[in-house]
Amino acid sequence: MIVEEIMKRDVISLSKDHSLRDAIRVMNENNIRHIPITDEKRRLIGLVTDRDLKEAGPSSLLHDEKDNILDKPLSSIMKTDLITGHPLDFVEEVAAIFYEKKIGCLPIVSGEKLVGIITETDIFHTLVQLTGVHWPSSRIEIKVPNVQGKISEVVSCIEKHHVNILSILVHPDKKDENYKIMVIRVQTINPGKIIADLKKNGHEVQWPHFSGSLS
Amino acid sequence: MKKEAIFVFSENQLKYKFHEEHPFNPLRLRLTVDLLKEMNALQPEDIVEPRMASDEELKLVHLPEYIDAVKKAGRGELRQELAEHYGLGTEDTPAFPGMHEAAALLVGGTLTAADCVMTGKADHALHLGGGLHHGFKGKASGFCIYNDCSVAIKYLQEKYGARVMYVDTDAHHGDGVQWAFYDDPDVCTLSIHETGRYLFPGTGNINERGFGKGYGYSFNVPVDAFTEDESFLEVYKTAFEEIAAWFKPDVILTQNGADAHYYDPLTHLSGTIKLYREIPKIAHQIAHQYCGGRWIAVGGGGYDIWRVVPRAWALVWLEMTEYSNHLEHLPLSWLEKWQKEAEVSLPFQWDDPENLYPPVPRKKEITEKNKKTMEKALHPIRKTAGEKTRQT
Repeated sequence: MIVEEIMKRDVISLSKDHSLRDAIRVMNENNIRHIPITDEKRRLIGLVTDRDLKEAGPSSLLHDEKDNILDKPLSSIMKTDLITGHPLDFVEEVAAIFYEKKIGCLPIVSGEKLVGIITETDIFHTLVQLTGVHWPSSRIEIKVPNVQGKISEVVSCIEKHHVNILSILVHPDKKDENYKIMVIRVQTINPGKIIADLKKNGHEVQWPHFSGSLS
Repeated sequence: MKKEAIFVFSENQLKYKFHEEHPFNPLRLRLTVDLLKEMNALQPEDIVEPRMASDEELKLVHLPEYIDAVKKAGRGELRQELAEHYGLGTEDTPAFPGMHEAAALLVGGTLTAADCVMTGKADHALHLGGGLHHGFKGKASGFCIYNDCSVAIKYLQEKYGARVMYVDTDAHHGDGVQWAFYDDPDVCTLSIHETGRYLFPGTGNINERGFGKGYGYSFNVPVDAFTEDESFLEVYKTAFEEIAAWFKPDVILTQNGADAHYYDPLTHLSGTIKLYREIPKIAHQIAHQYCGGRWIAVGGGGYDIWRVVPRAWALVWLEMTEYSNHLEHLPLSWLEKWQKEAEVSLPFQWDDPENLYPPVPRKKEITEKNKKTMEKALHPIRKTAGEKTRQT
């Protein structure tokens, strides 16, 4: 999946001459936390976040002089040393940038122009979608040895039941590096037969059980 | 004369049957009706024949092309690729002859129940053939083809201008109904279900609160696996009462899936029959308190059709009709008739034995967690005036 598939295209932006007051209003009205600052040719020249505004603005308990500060232009507080992304970047790479640089949004620039924006929320939403939870399905967790061929064994076992697989996530078992955990979303309300079959074939299915460890 | 309650049923409703081995078995309807008859609690004059929902009525919720696909599937004329697109022909909802007619009759039954209550023919109406809460506007899912609850709610809005509160105690999340009214502030949905961590359909989190104008009108309380009667009922009673007081519905529609019982093969909760005595009792009280008694109840899931469903569903009717005889033994005539058909031993008594299942090791934590979940779900309507509206 690439960035242009998930980025927001109709980006709300302001110019460097807009005031702090304008930025606060736009954020509140649109329920957003980041505003790219562009010039007349829609080139990205800065970024203002709700945190920049909070740092710059007077305490909400102070009423005098507040007006004065809020009339200042955004050019006085905007960040200009920006990390940007490209529409063809991979979503996984971009997710790593968010994590490493601890940023909350990534303006997407192409041909010198601002063409989109991705926020932490978009990344999170995309990852949630990748797990398939937004389609009606049952979740099966299987612990398999970390050797080749195991995934296909599990999948062919499910295949025999004519049930559609919506998503498969595989991650290392934190408790034992010799194993990995497969999390599979299957499109059925009745996964009992599949689970019984997986168990019969020697797979360890993690499922609610009475022993007291629901880990 | 106005009746206290009517019971919507006809033998034709048993035709909603996918195949012999399918877990959604309509025999449970017959078992329930027969149990009520054997104990003399259901008279012929209580029973109202369901009508069939028209295409126009189905279209209140469902897409025309989906309805066409269901009709074709029922005639064996739907191509496999298309069938998959509509969720038909899967293991859960395989095609069967006459499936459109069978499914439309179940929708019609809930409409019949709605009309009886809204025109004042009866205070309450029970339609156990309904409760197909997983049906989507253009897709069959989780044993459900058409969603009778969604169609009936839309029908109640359009024909009677009613504000509807939908309360779903099936062990599975009432996703189809929730999504159908996700942006509608005149319908309030409450679903209490086993967490979607493992269980189908996976949705029903606390944070699914609605969208746009409907934000704040969708409530979900996902409870942990192994939740027992007391904890389930605490969550149900508190949430139902507080939301009804806040939303002030004109009519209540309850979905009475009977699959939160310990015996149910599809879920992982630890309910007993006590749950099914109390659930309708509270619905009944709240309907009288806020809606002048207007209460429509439908069935839903329930896959232990011998030991659980007949008792659980009969109890909804007994509550509606304020049946006052003490319930102890099941009628011998019913046991004799059905034991020879059943692959398990039928229970002799209404109540389950004390030691139905081994003690749940983490009972205390589960109870605590469920309570916290409920508090989070109710937080927006519990906020007091002085509180700030948003966390920053």
